[in-house]
Amino acid sequence: MNNILEIKNIHVQYGNIKALNSVSLTVQKGDIVSLIGANGAGKSSLLKAVSGLEPITQGTIEYNNQIINSYQSSKRLRPDIISSMGIALVPEGRGVFSQMTVLENLEMGAFLVRDKAIISKKLLEIYAMFPILKDRKDQKSGSLSGGEQQMLAIGRALMSSPEVLLLDEPGLGLAPLIIKGIFEVIRSINDEYKTTIFIVEQNAKLALKNSNKGFVMETGVIVLSDLSANLIENPQVKAAYLGE
Amino acid sequence: MDSTTFSLFQIDIVTIFQHLINGLTLGGIYALIALGYTMVYGILKFINFAHGEILMVGTYFSLFLFNTLITGGKTGAVLFILFILALLFGMAISALLGVVIEIIAYKPLRKASRLAPLLSAIGVSIILSNSAAYFFGTRSRKFTYPLDNKPFNFFGLSITPVQLLTIFVCFFLMLGLKYFVDKTRIGRAMRASSENQNVASLMGVNVNKIISITFAIGSALAVTAGVLYALEYKVSPTMGTMTGLKAFIAAVVGGVGNISGAMLGGILLGILETFGTAVLGIPVGYKDTIAFGVLILILLLKPDGILGKNIKEKV
Ligand SMILES: Nc1ncnc2c1ncn2[C@@H]1O[C@H](COP(=O)(O)OP(=O)(O)OP(=O)(O)O)[C@@H](O)[C@H]1O
Ligand SMILES: [Mg+2]
Repeated sequence: MNNILEIKNIHVQYGNIKALNSVSLTVQKGDIVSLIGANGAGKSSLLKAVSGLEPITQGTIEYNNQIINSYQSSKRLRPDIISSMGIALVPEGRGVFSQMTVLENLEMGAFLVRDKAIISKKLLEIYAMFPILKDRKDQKSGSLSGGEQQMLAIGRALMSSPEVLLLDEPGLGLAPLIIKGIFEVIRSINDEYKTTIFIVEQNAKLALKNSNKGFVMETGVIVLSDLSANLIENPQVKAAYLGE
Repeated sequence: MDSTTFSLFQIDIVTIFQHLINGLTLGGIYALIALGYTMVYGILKFINFAHGEILMVGTYFSLFLFNTLITGGKTGAVLFILFILALLFGMAISALLGVVIEIIAYKPLRKASRLAPLLSAIGVSIILSNSAAYFFGTRSRKFTYPLDNKPFNFFGLSITPVQLLTIFVCFFLMLGLKYFVDKTRIGRAMRASSENQNVASLMGVNVNKIISITFAIGSALAVTAGVLYALEYKVSPTMGTMTGLKAFIAAVVGGVGNISGAMLGGILLGILETFGTAVLGIPVGYKDTIAFGVLILILLLKPDGILGKNIKEKV
């Protein structure tokens, strides 16, 4: 099959708090999938487990049929290794290096790319995607607006030409128009590079409209998984997440 | 010239420059040591209180190799080259020591309370200075000058070759480090790791490796300072304690975690100490109070240090 990510019965625990309770889901190559759920449902924990930032206490996560995170500590890969394999996370709150310039942030995104020609080419692509970043390239990224920081965080993740792009609430705290723009870019990334995209988003409507498949999470459990088009019409989803 | 007899108003420009040179020599040494504190703090948010003792151990190893190499008497360029070799050896030993100490004594405590690695560092520093006293003896030793140290006159200034060497090496290494941190790929990864280790790891940075590199560089710089210091002063098991403390103050004064701040703080402290004793007539025995006085002043006026960051982080 074309499963690029296989998450099997994973548990994530913080002390006594169980953030994920036997979560399973698969993502297929080239898809855009979205994960929606209330605050504290465990969405970020799931993305952190995939990128190796959180160990899992049960289950396994496979990427291209290779285990990247596991209940067995000997089979867990470090985040930098997972990143080198082609998974990039745009973390919640963007995580730009605020003391570093925009250009330095983008260069950090290409930390593992040794070919200068590829880095220059990628930079041009990112600048074409987000022209504002080019204008601001020598500015400290901490002085960017929230929307610009989000663009930088996405651009930085793309510098490594990832196969899978994980986005944790890219619309957080941004004006609706900016969020729309960001979703357009996300779609074009998927179109152009065939990047598999996994979005966690509070704005459920926008997330479902812009994805093929969707998952709904409640307190550490996946309660619904379906085509996004079906989820948008689902009465349960409508009532709880679309405010209709 | 008995500099302590000068009063503030009789000072001439040559004397000021003379003290400036003396202050720069001492300040360069403080600055090199301060860099180690500040770099480690930048990444791990903790003060490596064993830094001064790492300096001491490395300086001993330099001294031992140097003494071995020069038995039978060496002179001129050969002597100087052997000195550089001995210095590089000490740097390598202490870089290794710094890395090993981090892995054994600090790394297991990274998720513990902030006090734990601090206590561990104090423990390591006691172990190192006691071991040095046991294995090397408490008698203080002296380096043979690696060059003819006859002072020469330069527009009325009296400068010794060791002073020149110290100033040159310190500034060369500071500029080199600044270039490394600002302009190279690994330097960028260091800055990224000091801002956010998790996000740096998402970029493919092996943060543990970066931490090891940080300890290695910091320790090697400290030993360079230690050896230069030992050319004029003494090598002893306690040599790292006060110099380490002064350099720590320099790092705090400049803004701990800030590399330019450590350089500035070190040089400032060296100059203040020199002028304090020579110009203000503070008795040499009270020289150390200058550093602590400056520390208290800075903590009261600008708790983050001269170049410390006051910017609130955007959430
Ligand atoms: N580092 C942590 N230590 C302790 N508890 C944590 C930690 N991180 C998350 N949690 C808890 O785990 C649960 C899931 O958190 P998570 O951040 O995954 O939720 P989320 O769905 O991303 O929420 P949000 O929409 O608010 O970002 C929450 O109850 C949270 O309080
Ligand atoms: Mg979250």
